[in-house]
Amino acid sequence: MQTIALVHPALALVLSPLLLGVINRTKAIFAGRVGQPLAQPYRDLWKLLRKGAVYSRTTTWVFRAAPVVGLAAILLATTLLPLAALPALLAFPGDFILLAYLLGLVRFFAVIGALDTGSSFEGMGASREVQFSALAEPALLLGLAAVAYHTHSLSLSEMISGLSSTHWSQAGAMQALLAASLFMVLLTENARIPVDDPNTHLELTMIHEVMVLDFGGPDFAFILYGASLKLWVFCALLTGLALPVRTGNLWIEVAVAVIAIFGIAVLVGVVESCMARLRLIRIPQLLVGAGLLSVLALVLSLR
Amino acid sequence: MTAALSMHNGQTVALADVPVLSVAELRDHVIRAAGAGARLGAFFGNPLDASSLRLFAILVDGFSGNLLVLATDVADRYPALTPDCPQAHWFEREIAEQWGVRPLGHPWLKPIRFHRSYRAGEDAWGRPADAALLPGVTDFFQVAGEEVHEVAVGPVHAGIIEPGHFRFQCHGEEVLHLEISLGFQHRGVESGLLGGPDKRSLHFIETLAGDTSVAHAIAYSEILESLGGVTVTARAQSLRGIALELERLANHTGDLGALATDIGFLPTSSYCGRIRGDFLNTTALLCGNRFGRSLIRPGGLWFDVDGAQVSQILERLEAAEREVTNAADLLWNTSSVMARFEETGPVSVDTCRDLGLVGVAARACGLERDCRYELPSGIFRFAQIPVSTWDTGDVFARAYVRWLEIKRSAAFIRDQLGTLPAGHIHSPVPETAPSSLSVSLVEGWRGEVCHVAITDKGGRFARYKVVDPSFHNWMGLAIALRNQQIADFPLCNKSFNLSYCGHDL
Repeated sequence: MQTIALVHPALALVLSPLLLGVINRTKAIFAGRVGQPLAQPYRDLWKLLRKGAVYSRTTTWVFRAAPVVGLAAILLATTLLPLAALPALLAFPGDFILLAYLLGLVRFFAVIGALDTGSSFEGMGASREVQFSALAEPALLLGLAAVAYHTHSLSLSEMISGLSSTHWSQAGAMQALLAASLFMVLLTENARIPVDDPNTHLELTMIHEVMVLDFGGPDFAFILYGASLKLWVFCALLTGLALPVRTGNLWIEVAVAVIAIFGIAVLVGVVESCMARLRLIRIPQLLVGAGLLSVLALVLSLR
Repeated sequence: MTAALSMHNGQTVALADVPVLSVAELRDHVIRAAGAGARLGAFFGNPLDASSLRLFAILVDGFSGNLLVLATDVADRYPALTPDCPQAHWFEREIAEQWGVRPLGHPWLKPIRFHRSYRAGEDAWGRPADAALLPGVTDFFQVAGEEVHEVAVGPVHAGIIEPGHFRFQCHGEEVLHLEISLGFQHRGVESGLLGGPDKRSLHFIETLAGDTSVAHAIAYSEILESLGGVTVTARAQSLRGIALELERLANHTGDLGALATDIGFLPTSSYCGRIRGDFLNTTALLCGNRFGRSLIRPGGLWFDVDGAQVSQILERLEAAEREVTNAADLLWNTSSVMARFEETGPVSVDTCRDLGLVGVAARACGLERDCRYELPSGIFRFAQIPVSTWDTGDVFARAYVRWLEIKRSAAFIRDQLGTLPAGHIHSPVPETAPSSLSVSLVEGWRGEVCHVAITDKGGRFARYKVVDPSFHNWMGLAIALRNQQIADFPLCNKSFNLSYCGHDL
C-alpha cells in the first residue's frame, strides 16, 4: 500500500462539507442574496457534535446504528476511489460492485432507521427513497459496466487510469451519455433538485430529509457528514470518468480534479437555481431515462 | 309563497321587513336560488328567546347584483339544507355548534371550531357541560383496507404558519380523501363584537384575519355607515379602493413567491418575498402600518395623502410592478414550473358551484365571482376592474388569476391616484339605526368578505356575523386533493392560501 493513496480519502474527509457550502453559495448568488458563509457546514457539524442526542422510546438499536453504519460505509467507499493519478487505497477486480453495494448499505440503514421510528412521514420518505434508488442503481452499474468493458478492467482504479485524455475524441458519444447519466444519478442519490429539495420545510414532499427528521446531535452530524462524503464520492467518480486529464504531473492532475469536483458542485447549484422540482410521479421517468443513457453507453462501448 | 327581501350591497333594512318563512319555504327558496346560480353569502342563527332561534340566509345573486334575505324560526332541530344544497354544509355545522340546533339529515355533522354552544345546556351532540372540547379531537372519515394508510399533519407545522389539522387517507402516494379540522385559532370574535359598536370593535375586525385587515375594515365601516345613514366622500372611497388593491397586490405577490418556494423554484421565490415587502411598505406610506391597520374607519379614513405621497406611491408601484412582472414571467416561461402547476389539484366548475367557492378559487374555475363587479360598493361603483378568470381550475389557474389581478389592481391604483377627488376624508357617523339588518360584501384579496349586522332596539349589535372567504373555500381544498399525490398537498394548499384565523374567528 502506498502512503500517497491516503491523500484522496484525506482530501474527501477535509473538503467534502465545503461542497455543500459551494452549492449554497451558488444558489445564494442566483437568488441575489449574500448567502451563508462557505464554511457554514463545518460550523453546523461542530455544533451538532457538541450536542446531546434524544431518542424516541419507540426506536430500537436499529435507529442508533443507522448513522454509524451509514458513515462507516461511505468512509469505506472513499477508499475505493482513485482521484486523477492518485491510486485508490483499496483496489481489486470487481471493486466497483462493492462501491455500489456500499452505497446500497448506506441507503438500507437510512431506510430501516427511518422505518424504526414508526412515523408515517418517515415511512413515506423511506418508500420513495427505495423506489427511486431501485431505478438509480441500474443506471450507475450499467454506466460503470460500460467503462469496465471499454477499459477491459474490473477495478475502479484501473478503469479510471485506463481512460486517457484523448478519450473524448475516441469515444465522445459514450462519454457524454455516461456523464449525463451519472449526473442524474448524482442528483438523485444526493437528494438535490429536480428529484428532492434539500431546503424544503414541507414533510409531505420530502424524500431524504424526512427520513432523518428524528435524528439529532452527533447522530445527525454523522448523517450530514455522511451525506457530504457521498456527494464527494459521486463528484469524484464523475470527474474521474468524464474528465480524464493526463499531464504527467501528479499534483497538477490532482488540482484539476479537485477544481472539477467543486465545478460539479457549482453545476448542482446552477441546476437548483434554474428549475423547479419534478412531480414525484415523474421522477421514475427521469431515472429510467438515466438508465437508458447508461445502456446506450454500454452498447457503444461494446461496438 | 312569500318573496324574499331583495336588497343591494351595503343597504340597511328594518329587521321587521325581513320575511319570516316556514322552514320548508326557506329550504325551497334557497335550494331553487342555489340551483339557479346564486350562492349562500351567509347563513346563521340569531336567538329570539331561550328556546327558539331565527335563521337568516343571505343569498348572493351575482346576475342581478342583489342580495336576497330570508329568515325562518326553528326550535332545536330542522331538516338540513345540505343534502339538497351542498354549499350550506359548513354553515349548518356552524349553526349546530353555536346554538345546539340539529340540522337533521346533515351528512357530516361535526363541530368546526370546538367551542361550547352559545346557549347554555343546548348541545347538538349532547356532550356534557364539563367535557373538555379539544380542537381536532373528533371522528375522522376513514378509509379501510390493508393497503390504505393514514397520514396526520398538524396542528404544529414545519413552517411558520397557523395551526390546523389535516388527515389524509392514502393509497400509496395517492390521496383518497382529505379531512381538514380547524378551530385551534378560535378567539370568540363574534361574541366580542356583541353590544358594539364600541372602541374595540374596529380592532377586533382588523385583526380577525391579519392579512385581510383592509377588506374586513372596509366591510365593517360600510355596515356602520349604512346603519348610520351617512355617505362617505369620494376621496375617502377612492383611497379605500387603493388600500384594498394594495393589500391584494402584496398578498398575490407573496402567494406567487410561496408557490415557487413549494416547488423549489428559487428565482421567483426569492424575488417575490421582497417585492411583497415593497407593496406592504407602500401601504405603510398611507398610514404607517404595513398591513393597513388604523387606516380605515367608519365614515372614511384616519389618514389623507398629499401630493408628495401620491408621487412616491406611483413611483414605488411602478418599480414593484416591473419587478413582479419579471418574477412572474419566469414562472410561466419555465417548463419545469408549468409541469408542476398544470393539472395539479383541479376543481371542476360544477364542484365549485356546488360548494359555493368564492374569490380566486372560484375565478380559477371560470366563474365570474367578484363582488367588485357583481355587487360593487364604494369606489367600485364608479371605477370598474375587469374580472380575471381562467377556466382550468388547477394550481396554474389559481396562480395565473392572481397574476392577472396583480396587473389590473396596479392599473386601478394608478388611475385612482391620477384622478384623486378633492375633499375631506371623514364624515361623522350618526348613531346606528335600531332593529335593523345591514349586509356588506367586499372583495378581499382571497375572496368575498361578508359582514352582517343585526341591531337591537338600542342600536347596539345583537348579532354580528363575519364570513371570511376561507369559510367557503376550505372544503374546496379538501376536494381539490382527491386522487392527487400527497406530495402535491403543500402546493395545492398554497394555491388556495386560506386563512385559519379568518375561519376560526
